[in-house]
Amino acid sequence: MSEITFTNVSRSFERDGNMFLAVDSVSLTVRDREFVAIVGPSGCGKTTCMRMAAGLEFPTAGQVTVSGKEVISPGPDRAVVFQQFALFPWKTVSENIDFGLRAKGLDEAERRRIVEHNIALMNLRGYETAFPHQLSGGMQQRVAIARAYALDPDVLLMDEPFGALDAQTRVVMQEELVKLARLNPRTVLFITHAVDEAVYLADRVVIMTSRPGKIKEILDVKAVRDAENWDQHSRIEDVMDLASFVHLRTRIWKSLREEHAGDDH
Amino acid sequence: MTTRTVRSFKPSWRETTIGTAAFFGVWYFVALIGIAPAKFFPMPHEVLAKLFALTHTQFAGATLQMHLLSSLHRYAMGFLLAIVIGLPLGLLMGRFRWLDVVVTPLFDALRFIAPVAWVPFAALWFGTGIGGPTLIIFAGAFPPILINAYRGARGVDPRYLEAASMLGIGSFKTITDVLFPAAIPSIIAGLRVGAGLGWMSLVGAELIAANRGVGYLIVKGQSAVDTPIVMAGMIAIGAVGVVIDVVLRKLEKHLLRHRKS
Repeated sequence: MSEITFTNVSRSFERDGNMFLAVDSVSLTVRDREFVAIVGPSGCGKTTCMRMAAGLEFPTAGQVTVSGKEVISPGPDRAVVFQQFALFPWKTVSENIDFGLRAKGLDEAERRRIVEHNIALMNLRGYETAFPHQLSGGMQQRVAIARAYALDPDVLLMDEPFGALDAQTRVVMQEELVKLARLNPRTVLFITHAVDEAVYLADRVVIMTSRPGKIKEILDVKAVRDAENWDQHSRIEDVMDLASFVHLRTRIWKSLREEHAGDDH
Repeated sequence: MTTRTVRSFKPSWRETTIGTAAFFGVWYFVALIGIAPAKFFPMPHEVLAKLFALTHTQFAGATLQMHLLSSLHRYAMGFLLAIVIGLPLGLLMGRFRWLDVVVTPLFDALRFIAPVAWVPFAALWFGTGIGGPTLIIFAGAFPPILINAYRGARGVDPRYLEAASMLGIGSFKTITDVLFPAAIPSIIAGLRVGAGLGWMSLVGAELIAANRGVGYLIVKGQSAVDTPIVMAGMIAIGAVGVVIDVVLRKLEKHLLRHRKS
């Protein structure tokens, strides 16, 4: 069972001598093999939530647990895909994917098998010995996702992973991620500000309020997806055309717009 | 190190020739108007003739090549010692705050002491053979190597460190496989400055050298009031310094070939 639980989690920061609250009493459970996306206006603390699950930041109140254990440091059981890829520029594609496997102490044959498997999975064949700067943004993010999957983590934490990609590449990556997620479901916490993306990918979408970040509402997308059989369409544009998709998307947009309106005062 | 103190090594030949000719022209002019007695201000051709003569006749017990070889030996020892100590220490100081706090005040005071000031102690502690001069060169090369390794480690993009900790990379591996490669541009800058200062400390180092070296050659030329020899030694030091820098820049290019510029 790989669950992520946030129990009354708050996080405040100090800026210019003043404390301000970034995340306010968030309680949320990402169930085993569930794909949860958090959307919210920028600065709403959604990335902070992901970073607390990763162990890169810590709550000032409350508790974050993964697989029942309190998160006290980063680790390979909670693989992170960063928005800016964070690949090591001095390592080749294979070496980047292999780096974490070495740290796990796997033997060479096993490591090679895992690297090759993930390279095939992310369509990176032929680029094994390329360096990150020789690849496009989309390809780099494939490497970062392959690196995360290679760890065979309990949970995947994705921080706006497609945010830095161009629109076309983004769509391709979203379709591939959906295929991966349906084929081999994992517990995923996905941070994004793109509503389409959240509805398309996630089982549940969490909407956060702007400062301080609280959970405003949680929408069950999976119930709609299963009822309307979205997965029979392999193309994202076909799914996005469905009335049920449009309805959900509009609902979230309206909810988010209220937050932006609140920002203007 | 944003300002480049040395020009790209592929200048146009025409400009280089004009510059060199102008330099020798001014040299002749100054020598001819006699601001110092001719004995103390040799003409360029005298110096070049002496430089050539030194390659096949011995002065101060050796030919120019033998002196250079001896100097390079000491220099290599001092420079390598500075790398072996300065590089890991700088990286560790950049990684561990407590080490930074312990070392920095002491280091800040020590680095303002000119390498030549160590001459008496270098001789007393490590002798006049290889040990003493090595310490002087070390004193010149060590500070910039340490400071740049430290700055490189401090300036590492935190995303790399976060990615490493997420991957479960251990503390030691994080230093050797993440911090070190990420800091290479800064480290190389430190090596170049350190190589220069180490080589500049050579004359000071060889004040206490027993019987060989270009610095020793200059010291002996001075006591023999043979100014062409002193200048020939200076030219040799300058030329070798340029070669060292060129080699280090080649190394830099090689090490950074996989990075975006």
